[in-house]
Amino acid sequence: MRIEPVNESTCIVYFGDRICDETAGLVKQATDIIRATLSDVITDLVPSYTSVLVCYDLERIDRFDIRSRLRKALKQTPVAAKDELSSQTLELPVYYGPEVALDMEDVCEFSGLSVEEVIRIHSEQTYRVYAIGFSPGFAFLGSTDPRIAIPRKSTPRLKVPVGSVGIAGTQTAIYPSATPGGWQIVGRTPSKMIDWDSESLALAQIGDRVKFRSIARDEFVSLGGQLDEL
Amino acid sequence: MSFEVLNPGMLTLIQDIGRLGYQHIGVTTGGPMDEHAFLWANRLLNNPLSAAQLEITFGRLSLLAHSDTSIAITGADLGARINNQGVQPWQTYEIKQGDRIDFSMPVSGLRAYLAVSGGLRPPLKLGSCATVSREKLGGLDGQGSKLQTGDRIPLGTPQKTPRASVPYSEIPDYRKPLRLGVIPGYQYPHFPRSERTRFFSGEYEVSQNIDRMGYRLAGAAIQCDLDGIISEGIAYGAIQIPADGQPIVLMKDRQTIGGYPKIGSLSALGAGQLAQRGPGASVSFYPVDVADAEARRMIFNRRLRDGAPGIGK
Repeated sequence: MRIEPVNESTCIVYFGDRICDETAGLVKQATDIIRATLSDVITDLVPSYTSVLVCYDLERIDRFDIRSRLRKALKQTPVAAKDELSSQTLELPVYYGPEVALDMEDVCEFSGLSVEEVIRIHSEQTYRVYAIGFSPGFAFLGSTDPRIAIPRKSTPRLKVPVGSVGIAGTQTAIYPSATPGGWQIVGRTPSKMIDWDSESLALAQIGDRVKFRSIARDEFVSLGGQLDEL
Repeated sequence: MSFEVLNPGMLTLIQDIGRLGYQHIGVTTGGPMDEHAFLWANRLLNNPLSAAQLEITFGRLSLLAHSDTSIAITGADLGARINNQGVQPWQTYEIKQGDRIDFSMPVSGLRAYLAVSGGLRPPLKLGSCATVSREKLGGLDGQGSKLQTGDRIPLGTPQKTPRASVPYSEIPDYRKPLRLGVIPGYQYPHFPRSERTRFFSGEYEVSQNIDRMGYRLAGAAIQCDLDGIISEGIAYGAIQIPADGQPIVLMKDRQTIGGYPKIGSLSALGAGQLAQRGPGASVSFYPVDVADAEARRMIFNRRLRDGAPGIGK
């Protein structure tokens, strides 16, 4: 663990130098601990793949005290099992049909696989939420099976429809709102990834596990999925 | 109690101190581009320091007062007039029902702040009314809209406030070439010595590509040993160096995480001074220790607490 200053009210804590499950577990655990023990001085926390950015209130704590309180709070040896317990597994229904899988042809060409095989590979594994960012509720999931790990589009779309499920190299994600984006779209979920009126706001939290469930067009529509939006 | 918007100008946004505590789900903070001017405006009126105000970018805003109150104007001089009488920023003014407040064009600086006694009272979204258009959060409608003609801005109950002005020593000159302290950090060790020297000795120009997300600068290109990094949290004022080597300073509406190398970060007060510069303005950088940035902010906070003659503590 490395704590480095960023500016007069921010520091960053690094837990590793590469993306892996172990580091992601440490990030999640540290985020929970910092939130629980330093809430009197913290204004914001930004966890990501290998680090947690800590924003603090300079009126309440200075750079020396934040460092020593972080050290003290994070000293407990990480317990891997605890991480497993505190993260939920989300099952997200996804319609992989041709009306919504805007880049499925390219993925098939890239992989040399059939549509059915791509869907099976994408939906049979469990992913981990490594980071949330880009736009509110945009969860970066890893890691995509190497066979379907197609790079981003060379020209991003100006508007990716809400709920689109995309692949970018070893990552996969759902677009919670209609934004520009360059990920290769293979399906669409009817689930609301972000809801300002709900308690938790974002459906997926860092450290959670996500599994996709392939659904038929009828179920997609009955769950409130939109087909016409482009 | 309200102000009516007769003309919203180019870009007038409701901002409070920012939407804090939601960056972990990717929600940016928003908030005032220039904290120095924003905080002084609230201080002059004895408002809570986080109270909502108008952030007026470039000018052309016209308001009609539907009630008596006091206002403070700080930040850029956008040629403000009250009932057609020119008024200076960094002061409070009495407003009577039926008064008109107009802003024309920038004389110096880019963003003016207009605070009202008791604060603006728009609805809150995630605890804040800070307008972030990209995220469709905040503002009068809670949907991230900028001010529109015909909008009625709800106001808090005015408190009796004495006439007050910001101490002269606290009023910045936005026309001066800007020299900003950079706290080395993040990927600083991955910038070769020659590149750091180039960065700190060069002169940069504020480009046309400036908005509430970031300020793109133009000048000597800087190269990093790393092409990209594992995405990590971006602090307010962080200086990102993309592949073309032209620095981007990340401002209040920045994305919460990003994968470009960063050479360091400005202080919040430094980033606020940059936010008052428009295209063509000159900017240069010097390295500062985080201790220095911390001390400067503590001094600013102290001066703000002390206030000015006439303002209660």
